[in-house]
Amino acid sequence: MAEITEVPSPFCGIGTDDLCIQVDGASLKVVKNGCAVNTPAFEQAITDTRPRVDGKDVSLAVAVAKAAVLLKNTNQPVIGGCATDVNGMRALLALADRSGAVVDNMNFTGARNNFLALQDSGWMNTTLAEVKNRCDLLLVVGIDLESFSPRFFERYLWNEESMFLDDTGKRQVIYLGKAPSGNSSTSPNGQKAQVFECATEDLPDVVAVLRALVKGNPIRVDSVGGITVADLQEIADKLKAASYSVVTWAAGALAYSQAELTVQTLSEMVKDINNRNARSSGLPLGGKEGDQTANQVCGWTTGYPARTRFSSGYPEYDPYLNDANFLLANGEADVLVWVQAFNAKAIPPVTNLPTIVLGRSGMTFAKEPDVFIPVGTPGIDHAGHAYRMDNVVAIRLKKLRESGLPSTSDVLHAIEQAL
Amino acid sequence: MLIKLTGGAVYDPASGIDGAKQDIYIQDGRIVNKPVGDFKVDKEYDLKGKVVMSGAIDMHTHIGGGKGNIARTLLPEDHRADPVVRTDITRSGCGHAMPSTFVTGYRYAEMGYTAGFEPAVLPINARQAHMEMADIPILDKGGYVLMGSDDYLLRMLTAKKDQKAINDYVAFTMQAAKAIGVKVVNPGGISAFKFNQRKLELDEQNSHYGVTPREILKALATAVKELGITHPLHVHGCNLGVPGNMNTTLDTIQGIGGLPMHLTHIQFHSYGTEGDFKFSSGAAQIAEAVNLNKNITIDVGQILFGQTVTASGDNMRQFANHKHASPNKWVTMDIECDAGCGVVPFKYKDQNFVNALQWAIGLETFLLVDDPWRIFLTTDHPNGAPFTSYPHLIRLLMDRSFRNDVLATIHPEAQKMTTLASIEREYSLQEIAIMTRAGAARLIGLQDRGGLAAGNWADITVYTDNVDRQLMFEKPDYVFKDGELVVVDGKVVHSKWGTTHVVKPDFDASVEKDLQKYFDRFLTMKLGNFKISDDEITEDGRGSLTVHPLKGSVA
Repeated sequence: MAEITEVPSPFCGIGTDDLCIQVDGASLKVVKNGCAVNTPAFEQAITDTRPRVDGKDVSLAVAVAKAAVLLKNTNQPVIGGCATDVNGMRALLALADRSGAVVDNMNFTGARNNFLALQDSGWMNTTLAEVKNRCDLLLVVGIDLESFSPRFFERYLWNEESMFLDDTGKRQVIYLGKAPSGNSSTSPNGQKAQVFECATEDLPDVVAVLRALVKGNPIRVDSVGGITVADLQEIADKLKAASYSVVTWAAGALAYSQAELTVQTLSEMVKDINNRNARSSGLPLGGKEGDQTANQVCGWTTGYPARTRFSSGYPEYDPYLNDANFLLANGEADVLVWVQAFNAKAIPPVTNLPTIVLGRSGMTFAKEPDVFIPVGTPGIDHAGHAYRMDNVVAIRLKKLRESGLPSTSDVLHAIEQAL
Repeated sequence: MLIKLTGGAVYDPASGIDGAKQDIYIQDGRIVNKPVGDFKVDKEYDLKGKVVMSGAIDMHTHIGGGKGNIARTLLPEDHRADPVVRTDITRSGCGHAMPSTFVTGYRYAEMGYTAGFEPAVLPINARQAHMEMADIPILDKGGYVLMGSDDYLLRMLTAKKDQKAINDYVAFTMQAAKAIGVKVVNPGGISAFKFNQRKLELDEQNSHYGVTPREILKALATAVKELGITHPLHVHGCNLGVPGNMNTTLDTIQGIGGLPMHLTHIQFHSYGTEGDFKFSSGAAQIAEAVNLNKNITIDVGQILFGQTVTASGDNMRQFANHKHASPNKWVTMDIECDAGCGVVPFKYKDQNFVNALQWAIGLETFLLVDDPWRIFLTTDHPNGAPFTSYPHLIRLLMDRSFRNDVLATIHPEAQKMTTLASIEREYSLQEIAIMTRAGAARLIGLQDRGGLAAGNWADITVYTDNVDRQLMFEKPDYVFKDGELVVVDGKVVHSKWGTTHVVKPDFDASVEKDLQKYFDRFLTMKLGNFKISDDEITEDGRGSLTVHPLKGSVA
């Protein structure tokens, strides 16, 4: 039995890299610094080790050959999931380029709220170490942050020491929209977060009024979405008075139509504060199961985020039309490749099309895919790289055990070679 | 396999050869002497009437790292206008202002370039820089690690740590980030912006640390020299883009006290405040100072007209520049108590007075600096223009009548504010070869690159001599990379992977003890996870590391 320390996690998005994990053969136990997200993700046992074709165990070579047969001579392959490490994405994009596929990250519809805002007007953002050392006011919009990232507050707000704050316990936390589910946001001094609840679909109005107040524009109503304008005025005043306020949101949690406008309003509000001689930054949450990784690698390989097609022989980005679910529903695809190396529960959409799955061991299907190849999980079964939520830091994932499972990259590369 | 390049006119400044007709032999990836005795040439290229140079080296080009990928993501409309189709030997991608990685490699190679160096590798983002560069085919690459606004250095300076301690930290950081040089951007200013300082003069203190840019430059330039790093401290100075910043630049040159220093994209730092628009050229004064101070090297950062995107570590100045964003969308980031970045799309217009004069200032600088070994051809890709505009820029430098024709079309007030029309100089082929090959290799400290003598790696570009220098440099007849033919008639015919150039300066291991404590207390990752290991570069079987010697060491 071995104990591996300083283990980075690709699961939580916030780049925790202080886990201590006991390795006993193929079984893992998080013995230090686990959390509700990371511990089960690391500890999940390996169940499948052999690929299957039509439900029957086969060798990897046979499964790869069958996958190549299914991909050959197709008109519009779709590669969904796209949940893997940097090398996995490299191989995925090479295969897509070769086969003229559509590439679509499974979390893109949520992330689209960010991309549309970014590509229309941009933003001023920050990263986790700046939050940890500088942030004196955190505004959390529309998300229960501690269930999203259980250790966010412990690691980045209630850290004992910070470079520029005398007492991290004096930081202010304000929730707008969703209320916190627990007490992680309560400071070690016992100061509770201020909470201003509203329905998620009222956030566009609430955020628009908040931005107007930051700019000093008059508001002619007394309340919006059940929150009084006086309360919003107080938030606006605090944002302008803070030394370094941080506004955070999770694009996927803004689950209503045209939520990109909410992201844009928040991002423009941050710019407004900076244009009024105070510092403020945005902090979009994300980074789970390779979503930032998919967009980063697709970004440098094609110029576009990971909802891009290669069917014309060159990359074409469309944040709506290249949605894998949309293509499947409209009968525009003729084969589905699903890549999910992190989460056995994230199974492919049900379709009658030929389906090839590269999945984490333990995936169970309502409908057995034509080809299933269990692949290693980056950061457990093989080394690799994954991006943290702040999109700047790529963490070096470690190999923790010898499982014999191939990497996503190895399998996709083999399929490409067999085409 | 023995390859012979027969009868070309060779321009190899590293060996002092200026257009002499010479044969070149290639074996096992390197240039070799003519074999003695009987030998068989496996492949011969008849280069009569051709011009032969070593592969070009771009010593300052933003080809890897987070800000570049932000720039890509920001501009889908720019990519849509320049799609690049997959072929049997090349990958698909996009081009124009900030091309995809594969297209970056192909298009550089198709212009005869065989190496490019990313000048702003943030330590905390170095993995990304190397991962992106690992997906750039054909080219060799490397990076300068960005320091000077990192909290650890600033607190060392506040605490008046001795130079030896700073040297150890610099050497550690270079090794951790796999760098070949050290860059500083708006020294201390990136940090100052996070404390809400909106400008920082050379002698102005960072409000938290009490440290001035001048002190930071001195400490880092000294460290680079004492560690024996060949590439001088690579400096993006204070006050980028600010009218009157030529005085800051002159002060920076004087203030470094003779230490080796490279001032990058100096065009953006050469502005006066004269004239009706309070914006004038400082190129003559800057060039004079460069000519006088032999410790100084520069690259120009020429702007060329058209759409591009600026991507810089200088969050302070990029925030100020956002009002010029075209299209009006922009990004800044504060990064990990380490650095920052700002990405602002720009459309340089010949009928805009400031842009037109910026164009002239860059060209004046090229033409007024005497020593081609101390000035380098850059557009600060993509900030002044995409790298694909180099052939056009070379024509502007080599062809006075062409230059004056273009000059006659720019904003009339800008024409009045430049001496360009009166400058007669035209660059020679040998001078171009110095700026883009021999000089660049010498400046970066690349062993066995940038020259055509036996022993060098066979990175070779063959052009057809043409009075239209743009046509000539746009489309080489042949490009060899490590002896392999990669380009014919300006098109990639074969793709391969280049190496990553680094140096590995020594440091006292005890530096890691303090750093480990510091990382645990303040940062968001463990020191052990911060350091990039060699196998991260090499494990995919494509990448490799080439370690270059330090000055004073036995090679």
